[in-house]
Amino acid sequence: MDFIAILSIFVLACFVGYYVVWSVTPALHTPLMAVTNAISSVIIVGALIAAAEAGSPAAKWLGLVGIVLASVNIFGGFAVTERMLAMYKKKERPAPKKEAN
Amino acid sequence: MSLSSFLSVVVEQIDIVEAPVEAAAHAVNPWVAFAYLVAGVCFIFALRGLSHPTTSRQGNRYGMIGMTIAVVTTLITHDLASLPEIIVAIVIGGGIGFIIARKIAMTDMPQLVAAFHSLVGLAAVLVGWAAYLNPGAFGILGEGGAISPVSRVEMGLGIAIGAITFSGSIIAFLKLAGKMSGAPIMLPGRHVINLGTLAAILGLTAYFTQDQSFWIIAVITVLAFIIGFLLIIPIGGADMPVVVSMLNSYSGWAAAAMGFTLHNTAMIITGALVGASGAILSYIMCKAMNRGFLSVIAGGFGSDAGGGGGGAAQTDRPWKRGSAEDAAFMMSQAEQVIIIPGYGMAVAQAQHVLREMTDLLKEKGVTVKFAIHPVAGRMPGHMNVLLAEANVPYDEVFELEDINGEFAQTDVAFIIGANDVVNPAAKTDKSSPIYGMPVFEVDKAKQVFFIKRSMGGVGYAGVDNDVFYMDQTMMLLADAKKMVEEINKALAD
Repeated sequence: MDFIAILSIFVLACFVGYYVVWSVTPALHTPLMAVTNAISSVIIVGALIAAAEAGSPAAKWLGLVGIVLASVNIFGGFAVTERMLAMYKKKERPAPKKEAN
Repeated sequence: MSLSSFLSVVVEQIDIVEAPVEAAAHAVNPWVAFAYLVAGVCFIFALRGLSHPTTSRQGNRYGMIGMTIAVVTTLITHDLASLPEIIVAIVIGGGIGFIIARKIAMTDMPQLVAAFHSLVGLAAVLVGWAAYLNPGAFGILGEGGAISPVSRVEMGLGIAIGAITFSGSIIAFLKLAGKMSGAPIMLPGRHVINLGTLAAILGLTAYFTQDQSFWIIAVITVLAFIIGFLLIIPIGGADMPVVVSMLNSYSGWAAAAMGFTLHNTAMIITGALVGASGAILSYIMCKAMNRGFLSVIAGGFGSDAGGGGGGAAQTDRPWKRGSAEDAAFMMSQAEQVIIIPGYGMAVAQAQHVLREMTDLLKEKGVTVKFAIHPVAGRMPGHMNVLLAEANVPYDEVFELEDINGEFAQTDVAFIIGANDVVNPAAKTDKSSPIYGMPVFEVDKAKQVFFIKRSMGGVGYAGVDNDVFYMDQTMMLLADAKKMVEEINKALAD
């Protein structure tokens, strides 16, 4: 891919990001940060290439360390987001038990 | 190793259909590029899902699917000789991440997010270095076996942004975790130092296109580590929500820059999304504090020391002290109570007893609503998570602009652990450091209860609050959790 093709994707993705993020409800801004953290660790792709390809043992080790760091983020980020989102509940207590008092 | 043998079969299949493997990195297999694009679209859906709590978990699943697609695509299109080591690395990192995610207290989310940002930054630096050391693997070789000049610029910038994200996030983490004072540390001439360092990084990146020596990459990395450190130390505790959002943005730009280097659409799309997300959150936070983004970056606002300056609470003004019984009585008689929680509630861990209080009030037929300021807590949306954790339904929690008109029809405003966000000086006193900040109009409520530990301390901004001295205000001076427990006792009787 040439530079302009990549730049086009980047610029358009910035606009998509702008509109999608404005539509996120403020109540979910903390999960938003946690999940963006997880997905920005897609940088693991670079670390995987470095670790998989022959040619430079140093690059391979850097790649492996990068994989460890990015994996902490990916698993930690998605898991903590899931944990937070599971806590958001709608009102569902129509009949309090102590109504008799 | 049935998995690896299966994957090698897949790779062989791909090899038969497509060009030989050594050319794969250069002329990207269209199906591979397509898979990365699908991963990028999944990430868009992940954020899109967060527009409402009911769709949010589905969004998160999309994120996981996208990540799986990206990782598997990368693995099956590259040499599988190191697969065992790679899997060990993923298991180690994933295990650590999973345990942390399980154990972390929700009050500690801001520092966790800062720590995660630092990892993205460091990973970007490592990938950048690896790409420098083994450019052939990344398909960025130009003529004559040298790295192509465009790739060198992308690499230099990617490493620099990654390193800034790393060291800046470490400082933010230390400040948020209380391992370092939240007070701003002001170096003399820091703006000159910062701009000089930034200019040096850009200059070296430009020179890197001419000279591919290792020392240039090393110096860029070190300078970027230093500037990340220098950028965050002068920023005070009150501005931390902006800093966390800003570093979120940087981690996105770091991923995007690496995506440019590696010609990877998944990384570019994700980087742009995350970069935009952090930038928008920074903007929202700045606006909620009526602070310019540049003045936040310049730092020096909101020392944790508090009480200093000309605005220490003037306790000679008359104020009324209330008791738990007063609060319980007034609230049980009310039609509507609005609770305004702040970070003090989180520090006192009072969210659970507070939810019990709302349950008791609801049994008595009182309408209870929560009102959340955008900068309540230490990061965007922090207070909402804490209330959700305490089982407060999200449809009883309202944003500033949605509820501010209701105070005139509200019998009791109950302020717990918040201060600056209810200070009317933000509307009336042009000399106040918080002038212009949108605040809750609690002065319009018939009765105000203000939980505070003592009359001495003031909010982050270090300014006195007229709400303390209003006729309809009763100060409840105690630890937030103990006070609410006492109110609950009085309500239950």
